[in-house]
Amino acid sequence: MSVKGDSLGVGITVGAFGSAFGAAAIASHFTVLQACALSLLTFSGASQFALIGVLGTGGSALSGIATSSLLGIRNGLYGVRMASILEISGWRRLAGAQITIDESTGVALGQDSPAEMKRGFWWTGTAVFIFWNIFTLLGALGANALGNPSAWGLDTAIPAIFLGLVWHRLESRITWAIAISACVLALCLTPIAPAGVPIMATAGLAIILGWRE
Amino acid sequence: MSPQWISVIGTSFFCFAFKYLGHSVPASWLNHPRIQRINTYIPIVLLTGLVTVQSFTEKTKLVIDHRAAGIAVAFTALLLKVPFPFVVISAAVTSALVYRYA
Repeated sequence: MSVKGDSLGVGITVGAFGSAFGAAAIASHFTVLQACALSLLTFSGASQFALIGVLGTGGSALSGIATSSLLGIRNGLYGVRMASILEISGWRRLAGAQITIDESTGVALGQDSPAEMKRGFWWTGTAVFIFWNIFTLLGALGANALGNPSAWGLDTAIPAIFLGLVWHRLESRITWAIAISACVLALCLTPIAPAGVPIMATAGLAIILGWRE
Repeated sequence: MSPQWISVIGTSFFCFAFKYLGHSVPASWLNHPRIQRINTYIPIVLLTGLVTVQSFTEKTKLVIDHRAAGIAVAFTALLLKVPFPFVVISAAVTSALVYRYA
């Protein structure tokens, strides 16, 4: 299939998960407007889910911002990779930066020529942006109509999405060991630390382990 | 301003700043293997931490409830290589059923 076709396919499929985000945001006591603002301005699925997850389980705004921003660092590294391919400046760089996410970078790097890479990046990034925002609004409005999130399994859909997101990153014994350590650390800290802190503390684990090796 | 709005604005600011910085700094700055390793590990620990806290805790208590049942189903579905949307749906349905009828 053409790069445009691939891009649209990714855009619609990933964008549809925006409805899960919209619904989860409502379940975590965010408003429809706040859910839509996050999808427009933050536009990074894992960071958005992390933020509502931390605040939804009683964490402070600060620990929510820290957790979601740390998850956003990888987009910066994608930006470094894409900058040499896109060669953009001014307002194009602003727009290109905002749509630098897992999917746009992934599709771009999967192409053979620089021209196709550029097309893949812009088409995928734009398609995901449009559908992600539309579906966020629909999901948020839908969840407002549903009522109690637990009765519909929405409170479990969020960790299930996180589990799916982390799953394809667990490709070696080392990464599994790191994930299990993070799980144990979060459980141990929960009874003694304020909400939100156990999750942030796992980032320390990543820094220590990544530093040494 | 509510904590929700503060968090929305703060997160949006930092997430965009990282994206824009990435497009603007020389590539050589971030090619260090140590940075690359930490960047690989950070999403793993944060996402695992989020799964753990959201499935097995309630404020500052460790609990096993309908969410644990749902996440166990999600884990099994991933082991069986079930497509992602069905992983999420099966977890939500299990959790909702246990919440309503158990």
